[in-house]
Amino acid sequence: MKKLASDFSHINGWGVDADPLDVPNYPMKHRTENDNKGMVWERPPQQPELVEILHSNERPSVSAVFGTPNPPSGLSGQLRRFAFKYSESEWTHWLSLLLADRINMIEGIRDDIKRGHFPDFFTELGGHSEWKYNKIGFAKKVLTGIAVTGLLVLLIKGRDDDDSENDSDD
Amino acid sequence: MNFRGPFRVRLDRDKPMPQIEHSGDAIVRVTRSCICGSDLHLYHGLVPDTRIGTTFGHEFIGVVEEIGDAVQNLKVGDNVIVPFNVACGKCVFCEQGLFGNCHESNPQATAVGGIFGYSHTAGGFDGGQAEYVRVPYADVGPTVIPADMDHDDAVLLTDVVPTGYQAAEMGGIKPGDTVVVFGAGPVGIMAAKSAWLFGAGRVIVIDHLEYRLEFVKNYAQCEAYNFRSLEDPVLFIKKTTDWMGADVCIDAVGCEAAGDALQTITGRKLLLQAGSATALHWAINSVKKGGIVSIVGVYGPTGNLIPIGNVVNKGITIRANQASVKRLLPRLIEHVQAGRLNPKGIITHRIPLEEVSDAYHIFSAKLDNCIKPVLIPPSARK
Repeated sequence: MKKLASDFSHINGWGVDADPLDVPNYPMKHRTENDNKGMVWERPPQQPELVEILHSNERPSVSAVFGTPNPPSGLSGQLRRFAFKYSESEWTHWLSLLLADRINMIEGIRDDIKRGHFPDFFTELGGHSEWKYNKIGFAKKVLTGIAVTGLLVLLIKGRDDDDSENDSDD
Repeated sequence: MNFRGPFRVRLDRDKPMPQIEHSGDAIVRVTRSCICGSDLHLYHGLVPDTRIGTTFGHEFIGVVEEIGDAVQNLKVGDNVIVPFNVACGKCVFCEQGLFGNCHESNPQATAVGGIFGYSHTAGGFDGGQAEYVRVPYADVGPTVIPADMDHDDAVLLTDVVPTGYQAAEMGGIKPGDTVVVFGAGPVGIMAAKSAWLFGAGRVIVIDHLEYRLEFVKNYAQCEAYNFRSLEDPVLFIKKTTDWMGADVCIDAVGCEAAGDALQTITGRKLLLQAGSATALHWAINSVKKGGIVSIVGVYGPTGNLIPIGNVVNKGITIRANQASVKRLLPRLIEHVQAGRLNPKGIITHRIPLEEVSDAYHIFSAKLDNCIKPVLIPPSARK
């Protein structure tokens, strides 16, 4: 053991969990009689599958319990079903799921509007706290937004003007 | 709460009440729930299969409102700590104390056990940033809160304290060791604090947010340095350890680390790797030959750029896992009761659940010197 550099009496509990003889320390593999026997344990009762549950192709079936909210649906759901044809080792699996998430976000906005609820983006993005705690940052973001929008409008307008000039040339 | 897409969450009063779906389930009325640093990975859209409508939240406590037919260890009215891992207690992994690696709680991925409110990649369970939550395997994970325990302490025993403690434990710290913790967020703070319990001789925390460095210096009685002013944190650690490197390095940051433009662009902006692995890169290069790198920072499931050649050449041992909360709870409750750990000391914000959008933004954007926000549902404020 190293010589300690100083006194640690000011730290409540210093060293109470130290065990210098326990090398290399926890967590070591705790072998049990069920090691190397596969999925032999007494499985918990199976939760009924009342909604579609996708499962990794690296396991034979669903686990005994699972979450049921938000089953796959729509285009994002189709993409998720596609993703689960690939193992967890494949980029196709994960990138398809990420793409599905982005599509699902658009589906969410569409569904909100269908229900007559236009999303309050300012509140959902935490705009109130940004205004309360970071007024300068908030102002910068607003000004940047205005500048970018203005630039885009000018660019589009410029292109439209060019098009109409070309039209008159014809 | 209801996730609507990256950086967008909202209050949802129309979400249906959770139901008992399995004989081992309980329904818990939430009294406190925290936002975890790892929730921000979901919030930022970095975790695959995070579906619109998901309720986040894996750090919560509450009151048992209803139990399934097979539940024997809990009764209605119990105040319980609910570990963030969903664990069956029967599979070979749970049998070995690896409650964070249960094989009967997540159909969607074999690489991770079920976690409340942490996407369908972690089982698709709704989480505890809500008024009520379904808790599977209620006989296994949930632990009754000791009568003398402050509930603000209890809620932090669901994840942040066990994760920080296990980070130190996996470091195999020996008395006198120099321990470097990358990240001064709640888990890093707890890892630094826990390192002393294992007899560390020196604890150094590296981050770039001054208010957090100031906090951890006082709370965990350690050294704290800003990597922005160090220029090269690896070189600094070599110099300050007689050119040897630290005995133990802990990555308590995970996939949204700052500090390296290449990692930030490829990991956080372009998603070409599973997040930015700057902290892990520094940890590997800062530890001494034969040392231990302990990882509790969360990374995505694909892959990351790290100097694996140095791991081989230096003979480094890497240890990593999701915390096994159930295994650690008895010891951690003792530490809290003995005053060795003071979890509630890291809570900086108590926010009504109804203001969940602002709570996420405050925590994510590090506004108002936020370290740890706790959401309080309306029923717990009466």
